[in-house]
Amino acid sequence: MTQLALVIDLNVCVGCHACVTSCKEWNTSGWAGTMVDQRPYDADPTGTFFNRVQMFEVGEYPKTETVHFPKSCLHCEEPPCVPVCPTGASYKREDNGVVLVDYDKCIGCKYCSWACPYGMRELDEQQKVMKKCTLCIDRITDQDLPERERKPACVLACPTTARLFGDVHDPDSEVSIAIRENGGYQLMPEWGTQPANHYLPRRKTRIQIFDDELERADNPLKKEAPLPAAEGETLDDVAY
Amino acid sequence: MLDPVLHVEAEAGRQEVKNTTCYMCACRCGIRVTLRDGEVRHIEGNPDHPLNKGVICAKGASGIMKQYSPARLTRPLMRRPGGARGESDFEEISWEQAFKIMEERLSKLRAEDPKKFALFTGRDQMQALTGMFARQFGTPNYAAHGGFCSVNMAAGLIYTIGGSFWEFGGPDLDRAKLFVMIGTAEDHHSNPLKIAISKFKRRGGRFISINPVRTGYSAIADEWVPIKPGTDGALLLAITHELIKQGLYDRDFLVDYTNAAELVNLDPSSNDYGMFIRADRPVEEGCFDAQNKLWWDRKTNAPVDVRCEGCDPYLLGSYEVDGKPVKTAFQMLKERVVDYTPEWAAGITGVPVETIKRLAYEMGVTARDQKIELPIQWTDVWGREHDSVIGNPVAFHSMRGLAAHSNGFQTIRTLGVLMTLLGTIDRPGGFRHKAPFPRPIPPCPKPPKGPEAVRPNTPLDGMPLGWPADPNDLFVDDQGNPVRIDKAFSWEYPLSVHGLMHNVITNAWRGDPYKIDTLMLFMANMAWNSSMNTERVREMLVDKDQDGDYKIPFIIVCDAFQSETVAFADLVLPDTTYLERHDALSMLDRPISEFDGPVDSVRIPVVPPKGQCKPFQEVLIELGTRLRLPAFVDDKGARKFRDYPDFIINYETSPGSGIGFLSGWRGKGGEKFLKGEPNPRQWEMYAKNNCVFHYELPKSYQYMRNWNKGYLEWARAQGMTRYAEPINVHVYSEVLQKFRLAAQGRRPGRRPPAHLAKRVETYFDPLPFYHETLESELVDTQEYPLNALTQRPMAMYHSWDSQNAWLRQIHTHNYLFVSPRLGVAQGFDDGDWVWVESPHGRVRCMARFSESVEPGTVWTWNAIGKAAGAWALHAKANESQKGFLLNHIIAEELPACEAGAHLSNSDPVTGQAAWFDVRVKVYKADDSEPRATSPQFRPQRRVPGQDGRRGKWQAYFAGMFRRKAGIE
Amino acid sequence: MHPAFSVIFLTTLIGAGQGLFMALVTGQVYSLANLLEPQDNVTFYAAGSALALVLLGFGLVAAVFHLGKPSYFLTRAWRGVTQWRTSWLSRELIALPAFMLLVFLYAVSHYANLTNPLFVIKGQIPVDVTLLLGVIGSLASLVLFVCTAMIYASVRFLQEWHSPLTVANFILFGLASGFTLAAAFSAWSDVALVGFYGVWAVIFTVLAAITRGFSMYRNGRIKHKSTLQTAIGVRHTKIRQRSMGFMGGSFNTREFFHGAGAGSVAAVKLFFVVMVFLVPVALLAASNALGSAYLPILAFAVQYVGLMAERWYFFAEAKHPQNLYYQSVA
Ligand SMILES: Nc1nc2c(c(=O)[nH]1)N[C@H]1C(S)=C(S)[C@@H](COP(=O)(O)OP(=O)(O)OC[C@H]3O[C@@H](n4cnc5c(=O)[nH]c(N)nc54)[C@H](O)[C@@H]3O)O[C@H]1N2
Ligand SMILES: Nc1nc2c(c(=O)[nH]1)N[C@H]1C(S)=C(S)[C@@H](COP(=O)(O)OP(=O)(O)OC[C@H]3O[C@@H](n4cnc5c(=O)[nH]c(N)nc54)[C@H](O)[C@@H]3O)O[C@H]1N2
Ligand code: SF4
Ligand code: SF4
Ligand code: SF4
Ligand code: SF4
Ligand code: SF4
Ligand SMILES: [Mo]
Repeated sequence: MTQLALVIDLNVCVGCHACVTSCKEWNTSGWAGTMVDQRPYDADPTGTFFNRVQMFEVGEYPKTETVHFPKSCLHCEEPPCVPVCPTGASYKREDNGVVLVDYDKCIGCKYCSWACPYGMRELDEQQKVMKKCTLCIDRITDQDLPERERKPACVLACPTTARLFGDVHDPDSEVSIAIRENGGYQLMPEWGTQPANHYLPRRKTRIQIFDDELERADNPLKKEAPLPAAEGETLDDVAY
Repeated sequence: MLDPVLHVEAEAGRQEVKNTTCYMCACRCGIRVTLRDGEVRHIEGNPDHPLNKGVICAKGASGIMKQYSPARLTRPLMRRPGGARGESDFEEISWEQAFKIMEERLSKLRAEDPKKFALFTGRDQMQALTGMFARQFGTPNYAAHGGFCSVNMAAGLIYTIGGSFWEFGGPDLDRAKLFVMIGTAEDHHSNPLKIAISKFKRRGGRFISINPVRTGYSAIADEWVPIKPGTDGALLLAITHELIKQGLYDRDFLVDYTNAAELVNLDPSSNDYGMFIRADRPVEEGCFDAQNKLWWDRKTNAPVDVRCEGCDPYLLGSYEVDGKPVKTAFQMLKERVVDYTPEWAAGITGVPVETIKRLAYEMGVTARDQKIELPIQWTDVWGREHDSVIGNPVAFHSMRGLAAHSNGFQTIRTLGVLMTLLGTIDRPGGFRHKAPFPRPIPPCPKPPKGPEAVRPNTPLDGMPLGWPADPNDLFVDDQGNPVRIDKAFSWEYPLSVHGLMHNVITNAWRGDPYKIDTLMLFMANMAWNSSMNTERVREMLVDKDQDGDYKIPFIIVCDAFQSETVAFADLVLPDTTYLERHDALSMLDRPISEFDGPVDSVRIPVVPPKGQCKPFQEVLIELGTRLRLPAFVDDKGARKFRDYPDFIINYETSPGSGIGFLSGWRGKGGEKFLKGEPNPRQWEMYAKNNCVFHYELPKSYQYMRNWNKGYLEWARAQGMTRYAEPINVHVYSEVLQKFRLAAQGRRPGRRPPAHLAKRVETYFDPLPFYHETLESELVDTQEYPLNALTQRPMAMYHSWDSQNAWLRQIHTHNYLFVSPRLGVAQGFDDGDWVWVESPHGRVRCMARFSESVEPGTVWTWNAIGKAAGAWALHAKANESQKGFLLNHIIAEELPACEAGAHLSNSDPVTGQAAWFDVRVKVYKADDSEPRATSPQFRPQRRVPGQDGRRGKWQAYFAGMFRRKAGIE
Repeated sequence: MHPAFSVIFLTTLIGAGQGLFMALVTGQVYSLANLLEPQDNVTFYAAGSALALVLLGFGLVAAVFHLGKPSYFLTRAWRGVTQWRTSWLSRELIALPAFMLLVFLYAVSHYANLTNPLFVIKGQIPVDVTLLLGVIGSLASLVLFVCTAMIYASVRFLQEWHSPLTVANFILFGLASGFTLAAAFSAWSDVALVGFYGVWAVIFTVLAAITRGFSMYRNGRIKHKSTLQTAIGVRHTKIRQRSMGFMGGSFNTREFFHGAGAGSVAAVKLFFVVMVFLVPVALLAASNALGSAYLPILAFAVQYVGLMAERWYFFAEAKHPQNLYYQSVA
C-alpha cells in the first residue's frame, strides 16, 4: 500500500514560513478552499492555515539551540481522528493513505480535533467545518501537471528543501531513504498513531584541529626571516 | 464533496499562466503567476529561473493579498486647500492636474535653483532611472536607500577588494567547506542564500554564525558565536592577529594579488607619509592602481618594481629607501594587530579566548589544508599562465550586523582584509564577485566637485552618487561645506557613496545647509520605519515657519499603499504593484548577476493596473518630457519615448553607446548582449526567456576576475569596465590615507574644516582598526548598559506587509526579546509591559524572554509596529496597539561633540545610518499605565479611492474574490 | 480544554433527565415489589417522564448548538448515526433519540394507563407495558450514559478523561441529579416518595463524590505521556516554545484552552464540590427532617448549578497534548 507523506528536515529548516503561506495560497482557491481569514485587517487577525512554523528554544544561553518546527497533519497510519468522526466525513484514503475531510459531510462537531494529539486540525470558523492539510491531494494527483510539479505546494516552495515528499512505504523512495539514513523520527510515538510524516533531526559538523596542523612546515613566516648572515666571528674563522 | 482526484483545476475557470519577477522584496525571484478568470490564482517560483530555481518565500507566496490589499492607493490625490498636512485630508485629482502641478513647480525650480528639488527613493530597484532623472533635472539631491541600509558593506569591501557582499557578490557555498556568517538575518539574496545554505549543510559543510541573536539561518548553524553588538571589529582583528601569528595566511596570494608586500613611505617629514613609494617613471592615469610601486626583493635585498620578472619580495620587514624608513604594508598590518590579542578581544566582544583562537585556527587550517584546485586554465593580467584555479574553501557572508554600526566601515574592511589573508577573493569556495563587479578600487564614477556643478536648466555635472578617490573628489564648496542637502560627500561623511537619506528631512527642516522647496519621496516610508527619531521627524514634516508656511514647502509621495508617509504628502501619486507594471532590473543599477556571469531581468504586467494607478517610471518619463530634460526629448524638444517600455528599448547612456538598461538581446535582431543597438523586440525576448537574461562566462573567466586577463578584457570589450588593469586588494588603503593626510594638513588640495580634522584623521585609518561605536563613546553606557537591535523577519518586508492579511497573522505585533536574566534583574516577567529607553527617548512595549540572545542585547523584529490607522488597518489593530517601532528611540543625530552639533548618527567614513548603535535600558512599566505601546499617534484616516473597510471575513477564492468582496 | 456551554448543558441536562427517568422506574419497580407504597397517581409517572423528556429535549437543543451550524442538524446530522461501529459520538447520536423515544412511550403508556399485566413474574410482580418500557428504557439510559461518557473517556489523549471513572462519574452524577430531581418532583406533586428518592439521591451523591474524588485525585497526579520532548522529538531537559507561529489565536488556542487563571479554576472546583455534594446532601437531609416541599427543589437547583460548574471543571482540568504546541505568542 502506498502511504504518501512529508519528511521535514529540521537540520535545514530556517523557519521562513514559505510553506505556511504557499499552502494557504494554493489551497484557498483549490479543492480544499476556501481558507478564510477572520478580522483580516482588524485587531487579532486569525484564519485557517493547514501548516504552521513554530519556534522552540532548547537549552540555556549560551548553549541555546533554536529549532524551527513546521507542523501540519502527519497523515497518521493509525489516525485516531478518523474512527471518532460520527459522520464519516473524516477518512483515510485507501489508495495513498492521505487523511482527508469531506466538508459536505462534516457537521463541525470538532470531535476529531480532540482525537488528534498534535493539534493538526482547524475548524473553518466561517464554513464551520473541519479542515486540515490535504497533502495537496488536488496537486499530487493532478495528471495535467508535469511530473515535477505533482508535489504539495509547500514542498515546491520550500527554499531549503526541508520538506521532502513521497511514499514512506516504498523503501527506495527519497523519503524512506532520508528517514533511514538520517535518523527520521515520528512525533509523540507514545500514542501509537504511527504518523506517516517524519522529522529529521539536527546534525552537526565539527572540525577537529590538531596541534601539528598549527606547527606547519609551510609556515610562511619562515620566508620572512632574513637569511641569517654571519655576524662577527665564526667558528670558521677560528677553528684549526 | 467531489473526490479530489476527480477535481480538475483547469475546469474551475479560465486559466492563464504568466511569468514575471517578484517584488515582495528586493531579491527578485522569477515567478509564475496563474490567473483564473483574471484573478490571481496562485504565484509560484519559476523553476527555470536562475535565481530561485522554482522556490518562493513566505512573502512571494502572499502576493495575492498585496495585489488585492485594501491599503492600495488608486487615485492621484492633492491635499485639500486649507487642509493640514499630516491629516490625510485629500481630494482626488486627475493625472493631468497632477502633472500640471508638478510641471509648474519643478520647471520653476529647475530654472532658478535645481537643488531645491530633492528626490529620494527608498527600497526601489530603479536607481538607474531615478538617478538619471535627478541628474538630468540638475539636482544633486538624490539618493536611494543605500545610505540607511548597508553602504558600509558596499564601501567597506569595494574600497578593499573591488566588490562586496549584498548585491555585488557572495559566498561560494557550492565549494566552501567552512562558512562563517556574520550579522545576517535575512539579506537581499534571501531565496538563493537559503538554497545555498541548505545544500552546504547537507554536503557536510561547517557553518558558524556570529550574531548576538540566534534565529533564522543562525538557528541551523553548527556553532553560534554570540557577540556583543558593535564589537565584531575586535573579534576579526584578534582572528587576524592569530592568523598572522600562526602563519596561517596565504602568502602567495598576498604577494601576488594585493598591495601587502608593497612598500609604504614612513618618512615622518614627508607629505606623502603613509603613501606607497612609487618608482619614478611615467604611468598612465586612470581610475586604477598604477603598477609603479616597490617591493623589497629577497634575493637582492633591495627595492624592486612590483611584480618584476623573477623578483621575490618580502612580505614583512622594515627597510630604508633612499635613507628614508619604509615598511611593507603587511608589516604595518602585523604591527597594527600586535596588541589586538584574543585576550583583548574577549573582554570587548564577550567571546571566550579559546573560541576566538579556535575560530582563527578553523579558518586558517581549512583554508590551507583543504585547498581546492580546479583544472581551469587562465591567464593573469601580467601574462602569467595558470593551469588551475586554486581555492581556499572558507567563505564568509555578512550584512547589516556589521554595516549598521558607526564603526562598520572599518569592521568590514577588517573582514575584507581577513578574507584576503585567507586567500579567498573570487576563488572557488570563497568570496565570488557578481557582474559588473569587480570594479576598480574605487570605481570610476565620481560625484560633482563643487557647487558650480549645479546650474539652472542644466543637467548635473557629474553623477549624483559616485566613488571619491581622494579629497578632491568631495562635493563641497570652497569653505569645505556640503553642496548636497544630506551632506553626502562632505567632510562629515566623505565616502558616503549612497547618500544619507536618513538626514534629509532633518536637514531640510533646519535649513542646514540650505532650504529646499520640493521633496519627492518614492517607495520610502520616511514618516515611519526608514527614519530615525521618527516621532520628531513627523513633527518636522508638518512644522511651519514664522510665515505659517511649511518648512518643507512641498512634498510629493509616490507610493502604492496607504503608508504612514502618504499622510504627510501634498501630492500623492498612486503607483502600480509589481504585478501591474514593466520594470527593468538593470545592469546599470543592481542586477541579479550570478557568480558565473551577468544576469538581469524584467517585470512584465500580469494584471491591469487598479484604478488610476500609474507606474512611477511612466510618471518620470512623462515629467522628464514635459520638463524637456535632454534625455527625454529630441533636439526640437519633442517627446522621445512613447512610454516606459519604449524608453527601456531605445534609451542609450549616450547616443550610440549601445548601453541601455537591459543587457540581453541587444542589437537589431537581438543577437548581441551587454552592448548593442536597441532591439525593438527586446521585451518579447525577455518574456520568452522567463523574464531573465543570463550570460554565462566561459569557465576560465569565472574566477580571479580582479586579475584575470581574459575576463578583464572581455569586460572592457563588453563595455562593463573602462580598464583591463589589475584590481589589487587594498590591504593597506591609500585612499583613506589621503584623507588622513589632508586632515593633517599634509597634502596640497582640499582640507577639512578645523572642527572635522580630528574626526577625519581618526577614522580614515589606512589599516583596519577597532573603535567603539560613536554613540557608545558619547553616551553614558553605565546608565544605558544594553544594546538594542532589530532583525528582519523572514515573513515580512519592512513596513509594507502589514496590509497583507496572511503575513500579518504571522507577525501582527512585536515583542522586545530579552534574556530572562535581564527580566530577573529588572523585576519583570515574560510578557510584561516594559519601557525601553535610550538617551534619546523611550518606547513602551511588551517583553518576551528568550534564551537565544546575548544577555547584553535586546532586540525586536523590524518595522512591525505601525501608526494607528495606516495600511488600511483598524485603528485598534495589534500593529499599533501592541506593536512598536524602535526607531523612535534611535537618534538621527549624535549628541553634540567636538566635531559638530548636528552630525548624523552614522559612520564617520560612509554616512551609513548607525541603527544598531543605540544603547538602552529596560525597566518595567507601571501597572497603572495603559496596556498599549507608546508613543501613539492620532489614527490616520483612509484616503479617497481606497477600498472600503473589509468585513469580518475574507475568504479568498480566485475568480470570485473581487465580486464577493465588492471590489471594483 | 475549552468548556463549551453547549456540551455543559447537553451532558448535565440529559444526565438529569436520564436519572429522573431511572428514578421513576425505580420507584415503580419498588412499589410493584411492594417495597413502597404503590403510587396510584399514574400522572406522577407520566408527568415525571414528560419532565425527563423536556430535559432531554433541551439537551438535544444544546447539542444542536454544538454542531458547526445549527442548520447542519437538518441537513447533515443524520450522517452522524452512520459511524456507530467506531464512533462513540455516533453511538450517542443513536442512543439519545432511542432513549427519548422510550421515555416518550413510557410516559404515554402511563398516561394511557396501560397497566394490565402482561404476565406475572413468580406470581409476585405483575409486568405491564409500562414496566416493560421502564426497564428497557432504563437499560437504554444506561447505554446512553455509557455512550455519552465514552465520548470523553475514549479520547486517550485526554488522560484526565481516559478512565472508567469518567463513565462512573457520568452515571452517578446523572443518577444523583435525577434522583434529587425526582425527590423535588415528588415533593412538588405532593407524592410521598420524597424520602425514598431523597435517600437514593444522597446515596448516589455520596457515591459520585467518591468516584469524582478519585478522579480528581488521579488527575492531580497524572503523569502526562506527552512532553515537549516527545512533541518535537528533541531530547533536552529544557525546552521552551518561543513562537507558535501566529499571533491572533487560532482554533487550536480557542478549543483547547480554557483561558481562566489557576485561581479561578480552583474556585470553580471548590464551588462545585460544595454545590454538588455538600449543599444538596444537607438540604435533602434537612428536608427529610423538616418535610419541606421546597428544600428538595432547592437541592436540585443547587446541585444542577453545581453540576454545570463540575462539567466546566471537567473540561478545564483536561490537558490536551496539542497544547504543548501552543505555548507562546511571539
Ligand atoms: N530600526 C530600524 N530601522 C530601519 C532598519 C533597521 O534595521 N532597523 N533598516 C533600514 C533599511 S536597511 C532599509 S532598506 C529601510 C527601508 O525602509 P523603506 O525604504 O522606507 O522601505 P519600506 O518600508 O519597505 O517601504 C517603503 C514604501 O514603499 C512602498 N511600496 C511598496 N511597494 C511599492 C511599489 O510597488 N511602488 C511604490 N511606489 N511604493 C511601494 C510601501 O508602501 C512603503 O511605503 O529601513 C531602514 N530602517
Ligand atoms: N524578509 C525580509 N527580507 C529582507 C528585508 C525585509 O525587511 N524582510 N529587508 C531587506 C533589506 S532592505 C536589507 S538591508 C537586508 C538586510 O539583511 P540583514 O543584514 O540580514 O538584516 P538585519 O535583519 O538587519 O540583520 C542584521 C543581523 O545582524 C545582527 N547584528 C546586529 N548587530 C550586530 C553586531 O554588532 N554584530 C553581529 N555579528 N551581528 C549583529 C542582528 O542580530 C541581525 O541578525 O534584508 C533584505 N531582505
Ligand atoms: S519553507 Fe522550508 S525552510 Fe521555510 S519554514 Fe517551511 S520547512 Fe522551514
Ligand atoms: S496528525 Fe492528527 S489529524 Fe492528522 S492524521 Fe494524525 S491524528 Fe489525524
Ligand atoms: S468535525 Fe467534522 S470531521 Fe470532525 S468529527 Fe465532526 S463531523 Fe467528523
Ligand atoms: S501538503 Fe499541501 S496542504 Fe499540506 S501543508 Fe503542505 S501545502 Fe499545505
Ligand atoms: S525572496 Fe523576495 S523576490 Fe523572492 S519570492 Fe520572496 S519576496 Fe519574492
Ligand atoms: Mo536595506
